[in-house]
Amino acid sequence: MFKSTRLLSMLLLAASMGSAASLHANEKYPGVGRAATAAEIKAWDIDVRPDLTGLPPGSGSVAKGQEIWEAKCTSCHGTFGESNEVFSPLVGGTTAEDIKIGRVKALQEPVARSTLMKVSSISTLWDYINRAMPWNAPKSLSSDEVYATLAYLLHLGDIIPADYVLSDTNMRAVQERLPNRNGKIKYDRLWNINGKGDVQNVACMKNCVIETGLTSALPDSARGSHGNLAEQQRDVGPARFIDPVNANKRSEIVQLAAVTGSATAKPSNASMSDLARKSNCMACHQVDKKFVGPSFLEVAAKYKSDSLAETRLVEKIKVGGGGVWGAVPMPPSTLRTEEIRALTKWVLAGAPGK
Amino acid sequence: MAANEADWVTVPRIRSAPEDFLSHEQISEIASGRRSFLSNAFMLAAGSAAVASSVPASAEFKGDPNILELPAHTKGLGKPVAETGYGQPSQYERNLQRRESPGLTRVSAASVSFAPLQGMFGIITPNGLHFERHHQGWWDIDPSKHRLMINGLVKNPLVFTMDDLMRLPAVSRIHFIECGANTAMEWGNVAVPTVQYTHGMLSCCEFTGVLLSTLLDMAGFDRKSGKYILVEGADGSSLTRTIAMDRALDDCMVAYAMNGEMLRPENGYPLRMVAPGIQGVSWVKWLRRIEVGDQPFGTKDEVIHYIDLMPDGRHRQYTSIQECKSVITSPSGGQTLLDKGFHNITGLAWSGRGRIKRVDVSFDGGRNWQVARLENPVQSKSLTRFNISWTWNGGDAILQSRAIDETGYVQPKINQLRAVRGSRSIYHNNAIQSWKVAGSGEVSNVQVY
Repeated sequence: MFKSTRLLSMLLLAASMGSAASLHANEKYPGVGRAATAAEIKAWDIDVRPDLTGLPPGSGSVAKGQEIWEAKCTSCHGTFGESNEVFSPLVGGTTAEDIKIGRVKALQEPVARSTLMKVSSISTLWDYINRAMPWNAPKSLSSDEVYATLAYLLHLGDIIPADYVLSDTNMRAVQERLPNRNGKIKYDRLWNINGKGDVQNVACMKNCVIETGLTSALPDSARGSHGNLAEQQRDVGPARFIDPVNANKRSEIVQLAAVTGSATAKPSNASMSDLARKSNCMACHQVDKKFVGPSFLEVAAKYKSDSLAETRLVEKIKVGGGGVWGAVPMPPSTLRTEEIRALTKWVLAGAPGK
Repeated sequence: MAANEADWVTVPRIRSAPEDFLSHEQISEIASGRRSFLSNAFMLAAGSAAVASSVPASAEFKGDPNILELPAHTKGLGKPVAETGYGQPSQYERNLQRRESPGLTRVSAASVSFAPLQGMFGIITPNGLHFERHHQGWWDIDPSKHRLMINGLVKNPLVFTMDDLMRLPAVSRIHFIECGANTAMEWGNVAVPTVQYTHGMLSCCEFTGVLLSTLLDMAGFDRKSGKYILVEGADGSSLTRTIAMDRALDDCMVAYAMNGEMLRPENGYPLRMVAPGIQGVSWVKWLRRIEVGDQPFGTKDEVIHYIDLMPDGRHRQYTSIQECKSVITSPSGGQTLLDKGFHNITGLAWSGRGRIKRVDVSFDGGRNWQVARLENPVQSKSLTRFNISWTWNGGDAILQSRAIDETGYVQPKINQLRAVRGSRSIYHNNAIQSWKVAGSGEVSNVQVY
């Protein structure tokens, strides 16, 4: 009795200290997983929810935020958060009236949508700057710097004044000034797996009604917008790319360019070594050791002072041959003459390494 | 011959001669603009439906040189085993690559590459062609240093190594993943030329991993208050999304493998979330943490992005389910039918709510429909391949496919979507796709409803 009570209290103690996890986890899957320590959770549990759960204490002024902004944010977002160069704009499209009612009017006929037009919870901005900004050095800002940076962003949208100091104590108040805080719906029919959705079609099979016919087609001017479509389709098959204007000419030009292009490219040592391997030369030859056939170094040495060797060897590789180095003949190569010539030059140069 | 000549002119054909198949004679012939009688005769024999089953009358046609003249690969020594330790596709397949859509994004570390659906078969996406979407670049993370933490409303916050996760009971399941922004560029009007760009933020793999319910049970999650989970990545963006607890406990898994091998780095190596039926952004890659909570987490990608702008100016947040959708992948935009006559029309259908029940195909822009064949397997929240036979008479045609899932939901037309959601939406466009086949055989992207 005493013993079991003691055991129970030990277990309770262990549970309250958070170290019972491994015991619990091991009940079904012994030896798998372990308890997370408080320090580990603190290091990774950085999210901040709309109810501000997870928001760390701290503060930052608009002025301080401007310094950070100009050093770390302008290159992508522009001096005033207006830039559309790298990402969509952060600032713009909101009014004092929007801030008052919490709905951005311009969203009814939007030309573009900035982040401040869309965002409904201030926590989202704090969380994202903290976890992912700056773009090339995420998680490098201190909590105070995150408050300051967010303060400057909100000031650019006229949500807080220039002398404002944003902090964990006034975040909730500033939330009540977000221009689009009321502009959201949690639409459960596309959240729940068993929802019915919002749009229905019917599976008509015969003589169905077509309302408008063909309404939109890709203009000719946009044909080249996604590069050469010939290079994005398989070359074989019943449906593939054919230039509709120059049905035959176009494909032939492409093929011709591919053939001549590879022949005129300047060969590198690495590509020669690669070619020798891929075209099966290395099945019988090695660079520095005799194998089935002579090593490339032996070949290079033998023909060192023979100025006509290159031409003879090209022919020999092309048609195959034997008798010079041993009984095993060399099979004819399937490579193009240009490739054989390049390989021969490479071998005669002593097959220089990659 | 006169009739054949005319046929040659009106029905464009392509010489089936990829690089390296051209002889030097053929190359010089092409360069000089001539075409030999033999080639012409052969092309007609092989290409024209009218004479497809008969040998040309010409006495000079002896047969296909590809048959008569034995090629090098029949007469020579082939390559050795293990020539490449990890095999690569044929050099003739190099056109099928995942590609960015020019102008869609401005930095490729926060961009999308689209899968080349136009050239893919069956339902499984080869790992090297799986679409990509990164928010702050991708990393190749050392699996021995990767950790998964479970915290929040749990009795026992836990840490797992990859060794731990790979010891737990494993499941392997085939599921599609579709970005919520797939087909986004087509909300207003036709914008991109090929199915790679209209629908290529779509892939399907056999994923292997541990059911999330197993891990949540081990952590002793709060069954009463724990209505949501947060999933978080280990990359610079540490991307976060909220997932409903009922989804998490149903078929969500933390996966370490795709199609028989470990995940690819671009797809979250060594650990990613698999959330069947839910848009791709929730399938957090490089998964490091799962937190159980009693309310949604309001992350950037559910409050600022992946929201649906409605006509009244409000945003729908947390729209997650990828509803029933389909597309004909071949023939499709940017392709050209080689000839009139018989064609196999093929495409993909999928639903985030379950199995595909039926796919209908129309060849006349939606007036009349026929039921397509569904290929096995037909699985829940997986791609389903459909095929249907078609004999093209050489006239204009508009091809559409319309999928119906097991809930009875019928894939909508774009005007039906616009009637409810307006024309300024971006995400969750599951409209019927139309491909126009012109008399020339050219297939192009159009909208018809």
